[in-house]
Amino acid sequence: MRITQGTFSYLPDLTDEQIAKQVDYALSQDWAVSLEYTDDPHPRNVYWEMWGLPMFDLKDAAGVLAELREARKAHPDCYIKLNAFDSTRGFETMRLSFIVHRPKEEARYKLRREESAGRLVRYTLERA
Amino acid sequence: MSQTVKHPGASQRTTGNVAKRYQAGVLKYKEMGYWVPGYEPKDTDVIAVFRITPQEGVDPEEAAAAVAGESSTATWTVVWTDRLTACENYRAKAYQVQPVPGTEGQYFAWIAYELDLFEEGSIANLTASIIGNVFSFKPLKAARLEDMRFPVAYVKTFRGPPTGIVVERERLDKYGRPLLGATIKPKLGLSGKNYGRVVYEALLGGLDFTKDDENINSQPFMHWRDRFLFCMEAVQKAQAASGEVKGHYLNITAGTMEEMYKRAEFARDLGSCIVMVDLIVGWTAIQSISNWARDNDMILHMHRAGHGTYTRQKNHGVSFRVIAKWLRLAGVDHLHAGTAVGKLEGDPMTVQGYYNVCRDGYTKQDLARGIFFDQDWAGLRKVMPVASGGIHAGQMHQLLDLFGDDVVLQFGGGTIGHPMGIQAGATANRVALEAMVLARNEGRDIKSEGPEILAAAAKTCKPLEAALMTWKDVTFNYASTDTSDFVPTVSVA
Repeated sequence: MRITQGTFSYLPDLTDEQIAKQVDYALSQDWAVSLEYTDDPHPRNVYWEMWGLPMFDLKDAAGVLAELREARKAHPDCYIKLNAFDSTRGFETMRLSFIVHRPKEEARYKLRREESAGRLVRYTLERA
Repeated sequence: MSQTVKHPGASQRTTGNVAKRYQAGVLKYKEMGYWVPGYEPKDTDVIAVFRITPQEGVDPEEAAAAVAGESSTATWTVVWTDRLTACENYRAKAYQVQPVPGTEGQYFAWIAYELDLFEEGSIANLTASIIGNVFSFKPLKAARLEDMRFPVAYVKTFRGPPTGIVVERERLDKYGRPLLGATIKPKLGLSGKNYGRVVYEALLGGLDFTKDDENINSQPFMHWRDRFLFCMEAVQKAQAASGEVKGHYLNITAGTMEEMYKRAEFARDLGSCIVMVDLIVGWTAIQSISNWARDNDMILHMHRAGHGTYTRQKNHGVSFRVIAKWLRLAGVDHLHAGTAVGKLEGDPMTVQGYYNVCRDGYTKQDLARGIFFDQDWAGLRKVMPVASGGIHAGQMHQLLDLFGDDVVLQFGGGTIGHPMGIQAGATANRVALEAMVLARNEGRDIKSEGPEILAAAAKTCKPLEAALMTWKDVTFNYASTDTSDFVPTVSVA
């Protein structure tokens, strides 16, 4: 199964044109766009590698797309996500975050069950 | 020459004919100091606005004064022991009365309460004062608490939501769209194993959350430990398959606090990220379990079971916007706040008012949405509202337009009743949601183009196509009972 993290994982992979429109939306809200990549999209892996700093001063979707092309070239076997960060008081967090590149083969995770007292199970998610 | 020096406050106690005021007997509330027309509430006052229906022949100002009196210091007769206190300070002050536009015999009454009247951090104490006594009061046919304003100093005595919207999203790693949920149906009768099956299918199909219903506790057909064990197996399996964080709101409502803690701890030990309680557990239990949730990194879901007994009728009870404010102070993370388009009561503007109370950093007065006061939330975390009851994928554009991103949309029947099965039902909802968010962000007018956008998304998603066919004509167009009676032009100072 496909890793379904991110805002748009249930839609067909977005085209660069569609990605650009989402970037335009983020920029229109004054959100800072950033790219991150990883080969381990475990749900507890919060800190993906940063592809540079958030592009606070960039005002054009074309610039983000150029960075994305570079990131894809450098990390074709990774997941890459595009984040939009809102520094407004009361948010100061991501407002949009979606996968913009996937490896040919999706990462898979399996459940490790450690049986315990009674019927209690301790669950751990591991790379399959 | 010597001059008499008065202590501070002395002038207060000596105004008017004090001896006469405290003669034994019965005085009108207005004459006892509970009616102070033109009083300017202090920044530190708690303010309440009531809708009152006085009995025939009762002067509305006297009725308002009576509400102020009975919700603060007064009893039915004069007591000399008032004179042992700085009683002017403790008396609530009714300061404004206005007829309800278009509704004969009803009045809005504004009452200000001194901060000293309330214990810090206790909704039980607040409610004992404000709604403890006045609603059975004979001179009134009916009374309704419409809204309240809390001073920042008082807000800061509450801990508020243990998690809040921002941190919930960061824990779940889900941004930019409403969350999706479903309540397991039938709500009673399934065994633990069969119940967990529904959880698994729904989460695997694409929902973020599934949910116990309000009356699922520990009945003969499914004891609570069975439910917890099977549900968490389902949640963990769906997480492994999707790589996404998922949750099931395990209802830990029980007969005693000790039992609730026991259930909460078991949910935690199984790795659940969320537990739920029903509103009927009461304010003290809610604040206690909220503290527990803080200590255990747990999201706390609140099902507003029972609220309709006092929120629905416009002339009597407590408005849900007040309940929402109390719950934000008390500290819950999710709160069912209506759908406006589903099977349960709710006028769209009024429901939006509840959502704003949950999510604003600072709520502005907004009479069309039933919000009477500015409210500074003083950094208190935000509550994620939940829309649940009779909604389906075909209404996605309306729901997104009405409520925005920070909401959990719960499609129970709309997931489990799907003709192709539960997984397909879940996928239909998720695809509809993501397609609508994508379109909105692209600048399309989803309110008018919604059906087109859904139809286009259904071309590559059979389950969505089937969902749209099945429920295409389902709407619940009944007139709402609880609408705002204010028109924005009326001045309410």
